[in-house]
Amino acid sequence: MWIAYKTIVIKEILRFSRIWVQTIFPPIITTSLYLLIFGGLMGERIGDMQGVNYLHFIIPGIILMTVIQNSYANTVSSFFLAKFNHSIEELLISPVSYWVILMGYVSGGIARGFTVGLGVFIAVSFFVELQIYSVFIVFTTFLLTAILFSLAGFINAVFAQSFDDISIVPTFILMPMTYLGGMFYSIEILPEFWQYLSKFNPIYYMVDSFRMGFLGSSTTDFWVSMTVLSSMIVILAIVAFYLLKKGVNIKT
Amino acid sequence: MSEALLISNLTKTYANNLQALSQINLRIEQGDFFALLGSNGAGKTTMIGIICSLLNKSSGKVEVLGRDQSTHLNEVKRLIGLMPQEFNFNPFEPIEEILINQAGYYGIKRSQAKVQAEALLKRMELWPKRLEMAKSLSGGMKRRLMLARALIHQPKILILDEPSAGVDVEIRRSMWRFLRELNAQGMTIILTTHYLEEAESLCRNIAILDKGEIIEKTSMKKLLARVSQQVLILESNEQLPAQLPELDFKIKRLDEYSVQVILDGVTITQALGALSAKGIEIEHVRSAQNRLETLFLRLTSKVD
Repeated sequence: MWIAYKTIVIKEILRFSRIWVQTIFPPIITTSLYLLIFGGLMGERIGDMQGVNYLHFIIPGIILMTVIQNSYANTVSSFFLAKFNHSIEELLISPVSYWVILMGYVSGGIARGFTVGLGVFIAVSFFVELQIYSVFIVFTTFLLTAILFSLAGFINAVFAQSFDDISIVPTFILMPMTYLGGMFYSIEILPEFWQYLSKFNPIYYMVDSFRMGFLGSSTTDFWVSMTVLSSMIVILAIVAFYLLKKGVNIKT
Repeated sequence: MSEALLISNLTKTYANNLQALSQINLRIEQGDFFALLGSNGAGKTTMIGIICSLLNKSSGKVEVLGRDQSTHLNEVKRLIGLMPQEFNFNPFEPIEEILINQAGYYGIKRSQAKVQAEALLKRMELWPKRLEMAKSLSGGMKRRLMLARALIHQPKILILDEPSAGVDVEIRRSMWRFLRELNAQGMTIILTTHYLEEAESLCRNIAILDKGEIIEKTSMKKLLARVSQQVLILESNEQLPAQLPELDFKIKRLDEYSVQVILDGVTITQALGALSAKGIEIEHVRSAQNRLETLFLRLTSKVD
């Protein structure tokens, strides 16, 4: 089982590394531009947010956004393509358990989220002196976020019947949730109703914890955020496993 | 000899109520080279899909080397190698990686997988292309890649679904030699093909599937013996008479130098002797039919 798991993970890492021009490089450029425009140029006019200057405030959110997008993109595109070109059959005919398949793809998503997140972190370090308040909080939040969105990408890929289906969720659900999850602002500046509503957005908890890992301040208790994230991971993992075991859109 | 594959009352009905397989019972002995023939849509690929766990059966039982697929799924999977009809690899993956990954799924360590992949790629004449993406291969090369992938975990039973589609004659013959070698080493091989010559040349036993049911299961020898009629093309170096003589067998002029004869109860020697007696000397004889094809069409009611 371990060898099969390792094989899937290596295959996934090699897959996104081979096409680094599409997978690794663009997010680093895009996020560097975000930082330059929103943090560097406009940030000075915005002033401080949650007690720190705006550039330092948005960096954790922007890094986490790349983790979310890339973990999701990796599993959704890889698993959908495996269905599309039927190479998923290589796994289905082999004695690999469904948990191993799921963990392998999710680990691939984590690896891409980590690679791109680290790339953005290094790129940002050239412009800004970054401080980390707690490596544990940063790493734990990164890991749970990457797992959660890799699972979400996997479920999207199971249901997807066309290439349109793998871009609908990221465009119409994931992006608004990310942008409205407090990535560019502290929810404290919102009217009370919108603050309340924001707490139903799981991305808020991730961004808030990740920011705490860097800045040392947050609007929600870290362990509350971790509980929300862990609960969602358990739910999505069970759903993904069930879909895979039932062979939904994979086996007839 | 015990059976490699035992299928009992296998039924498959798709969600759209299409019954692809109906109460299939089939026994294939260990070491056999077995042909599974049928027209398009007869149910061959569905049956193979169920044996290889790619499709869910509706009812029935599949046993591989004595292991029940329902209770020993992973053991059964390890015993089977599949070369499917459609290309089912990632075209953007290097060829060697495809084999190494497949071995990994069967629990073979990467270092060992590399050794096995090298041996198979060399045997398939794909070694110089090992670092290229699979999409760059020709149709025949892709088939050979899938054959190598089916063998990477050293299965006991090899299932080939249309293995030589799109493969040129030379490569096909070389593939046949390789398959005969594998079979001689004890591997059970199950083959579906549209090239009936391939089945006739390679297989010892045969089952014919029609509309989801097995309509014939016998040895190739017994099946072919049922065709008493032979259709031959006879060619002469001299111009043939415009009006052919009356003979004990059917004869039809094809052109100035060749005729087609249908022999039923008459040997070739008798036919050639009869023609010679009428002043027609034949230099070349060739078969105008594939005997298995004739039988296949007759059994599946495509001709009388």
